[in-house]
Amino acid sequence: MDAMAVERSVTRLSHEILEKNGSPEKIVLIGIHKRGVPLAARIQAKIHEISGAELQQGSLDITFHRDDYRERLVIPQVKGSDVPFSLDEKVAVLVDDVLYTGRTIRAALDVLNSFGRASKVQLAVLVDRGHRELPVRADFVGKNIPTHEDEHVHVELRETDEDDRVFLIRIQD
Amino acid sequence: MKIEKLAKDLLLINGKIIDPHNRKTFDGDVWLKNGKIAGVGDVNTPKGAEKIDCSGKVITHGFCDLHVHFREPGREDKETLKTGSRAALAGGFTRVCVMPNTHPPLDTPESINFIREKAQECPIHIHPIGAVTKSQGGNDITEMGLMHREGAVAFSDDGIPIQDGAMMRIALEYSTLMNVPVINHAEDECLRAEGVMNEGIVSNHLGLPGNPDFAESTMVHRDLELAKFTGARLHVPHVSSAKSVQHIRGMKKINEKVTAEVTPHHLYFNDEALRSFDTNLKVAPPIRTEQDRKALLEAVKDGTIDCIATDHAPHTIEDKETTFDLASFGMIGLESCFGAVCKVLVVNEMAIALEELIRLLTVKPRNIMGFEADLFQVGIPAEIAILDPTKDWVFDSTHVQSRSVNSPYYGETLTGRVEMTISRGYIASN
Amino acid sequence: MLQQKHLLGLEGYPSEDIQSIIDTAFNFREVLDRPIKKVPSLQGVTIVNLFFENSTRTRISFELAQKRLSADTVNFSSSSSSLKKGESFKDTAQNIEAMKIDATVMRHPTPGAPQHLTEFIDAVVINAGDGTHEHPTQAILDMMSLHEKFGKLKGLKVGILGDISHSRVALSNIYGLITMGVEVTLCGPPNLIPPFIRNLGVNVNYNVDEVIEWADALNVLRIQRERMGLGLVPSIREYRAMFGITKERLDHHKKEIVIMHPGPMNRGVEIDGSVADSDQAIILDQVLNGVASRMAILYLLCGGKSSEKEES
Repeated sequence: MDAMAVERSVTRLSHEILEKNGSPEKIVLIGIHKRGVPLAARIQAKIHEISGAELQQGSLDITFHRDDYRERLVIPQVKGSDVPFSLDEKVAVLVDDVLYTGRTIRAALDVLNSFGRASKVQLAVLVDRGHRELPVRADFVGKNIPTHEDEHVHVELRETDEDDRVFLIRIQD
Repeated sequence: MKIEKLAKDLLLINGKIIDPHNRKTFDGDVWLKNGKIAGVGDVNTPKGAEKIDCSGKVITHGFCDLHVHFREPGREDKETLKTGSRAALAGGFTRVCVMPNTHPPLDTPESINFIREKAQECPIHIHPIGAVTKSQGGNDITEMGLMHREGAVAFSDDGIPIQDGAMMRIALEYSTLMNVPVINHAEDECLRAEGVMNEGIVSNHLGLPGNPDFAESTMVHRDLELAKFTGARLHVPHVSSAKSVQHIRGMKKINEKVTAEVTPHHLYFNDEALRSFDTNLKVAPPIRTEQDRKALLEAVKDGTIDCIATDHAPHTIEDKETTFDLASFGMIGLESCFGAVCKVLVVNEMAIALEELIRLLTVKPRNIMGFEADLFQVGIPAEIAILDPTKDWVFDSTHVQSRSVNSPYYGETLTGRVEMTISRGYIASN
Repeated sequence: MLQQKHLLGLEGYPSEDIQSIIDTAFNFREVLDRPIKKVPSLQGVTIVNLFFENSTRTRISFELAQKRLSADTVNFSSSSSSLKKGESFKDTAQNIEAMKIDATVMRHPTPGAPQHLTEFIDAVVINAGDGTHEHPTQAILDMMSLHEKFGKLKGLKVGILGDISHSRVALSNIYGLITMGVEVTLCGPPNLIPPFIRNLGVNVNYNVDEVIEWADALNVLRIQRERMGLGLVPSIREYRAMFGITKERLDHHKKEIVIMHPGPMNRGVEIDGSVADSDQAIILDQVLNGVASRMAILYLLCGGKSSEKEES
């Protein structure tokens, strides 16, 4: 995907989120570090543009909730989660760049639970590359990119990298 | 001795002025106005000033004694601040430091304050020395910080040695906070045991239990090492033995924070004098051999010993008029001091210059305590002694101003007389 | 990922590792701000709190840290009088080993005891205070608190005030702060400051007012009342007059200075209640950072290890 394709996906995701949920007041956006956060911010801006609604935004750091903690010691790269509002009666839309095994989302659900109980949790991703290892599915998908296991999907966003791009990388032996 | 208030304008004329701080000797006059120095040397004679003719006399700073016992509070029958002041004036002393072994001892800021307030009424400057340990018990240091704030100029348990080395160390360490001297009466209690005089040939002849010189020197050595390690200021009181002098001399080469004093009686007498069993010669530390006395004289001459301090220790007649073993330790010494030390140091034996002797009684003790030593500056409240350094006189009871009379000098011919002393707006005339 | 397997002390502890612990601790601080303060990172990990010396605060802090990490916690307390030194210590240690423990948090009255423990057991050893030697977790939470307040450690000027010679908090702080580039000045009664301590690169100044003028932050140590009767400190009022961080003293200086205290405080002795409760003091932050930094330490030392699984 190039920058324009990313932009179109963001616009479409924003429309779909609004359409599925009726009134925007009860929607909150939760970006998953690290690229889910700027994506969530863009969706928030787009939704504001479309409907005038100002959605609340939070962020999650899933480091301490990874399920591979027995095998790997991961040092957190960011400053933690931030959900400075109540989740009661809210529809929490998790936002991430790539959906792959589903384990990140499982961890994200765990972290989200520490902050409260949302009435509904939905998932928006820029890219779904398949190969789920857990029963997780996205409600809103920017682009489906079927992959092999030896391939890697790499997302870059202008907020964190040089520009908006999505690469499919094949790993050679 | 007569004490009167100073005239508003007083002129001391035709004297030989010895300024021990600036090390100058010259002829001239000293003009005092309202008790303060108004001019020294060549002064414009103001009209109407009262004049005192000092022809043939020396005009110099009033003496400072770092080590006296004025027994107040508790034993006012022996001495009070007021009577001690009289004794001091008779001896040419205008400033003294009083030891804290009173009853109760000066071991709290409140008791330091008591002395300071009482001293206001006295004609000399009196500085309290605070106790090192509570009740002088040797176990628990006193509130030195607060006592220093109230006016304690040094700390000592004088009379009682700080036997416990760990306690001496703590005391020295803590004292560095106030940067004032710690003065330890150095006599190892175990070694001195029941000794009442110096252990030597004389004590063996007399059958009196002896107090050996190493009881003092071992503790002096200990204190010197602790002082070096802790960086504290140590002042060694009443040095009495050649061995102690040796330790001090050696340590002074590498530690300038050590100072030491000697009493007139340790310079004047040796233990032969005790053959008379005169209890007035029973002192702590004891008067020792002629060899020790000579070593002390040398030490004064070469600067190992910094100053002279009398250890003026008044006792009642009952305390002294008893058998040698039961008699209290100590003698009065303020009135006889100058005559005794002038005789041995200047005139007879050591040929020390009079100026040097005067420094030992004025500038050097003041420097140790940080008192102002440049006393001929214009505007300074007058502390003056007028001396006749060559006059021979026989010490007798009329010369004693202390409330107590325990002196061994009766009948001794001394050389050097204090004629007048000016201090705190008063003039005392002998 | 930390270079040393154990945390016995901060002497020689690499600065990168101290920084990692502090950074991770800030992350755990955020966890402690959540409604549900729990992460699963140490699930299945068993930790024994081996306290041979009384402590409520440190033990509770460690226990909370362990529980928030989902670890299993076991407590062992004993007064050292009931234990013969040496012999039973080894026995106790090896009993623990036999029960397949992953980590031990130990507090002992004798310097070097945790080091000793590492010779008998395989588990990770964390020193919660060994006599008058080190208390590394306290120093780490102190540094974290300084970092939180100033945004950095390097170049700061920190005064440590009190009975230095008997303080493991002081010694660990000295090691840690010097490693992290902080300038340290010790202050207190001269007889309670070790005579050779300057060798570690610290300044010594007995004048507390001068130290207040100089420092960005002041770590005020508790003066133990037991010291009073032993001839070491003349009286409470003397200590307060000469070294107490009183309201009058701070008002006199009129400067912004951060006040820290490892607790428990003797209000009115080394520190006035009003000072401890003021905005200048970060004492309660220190307590919270204590749990966060202990979580970070446990996570970094015990995380990522598979617990021994029973053969199923």
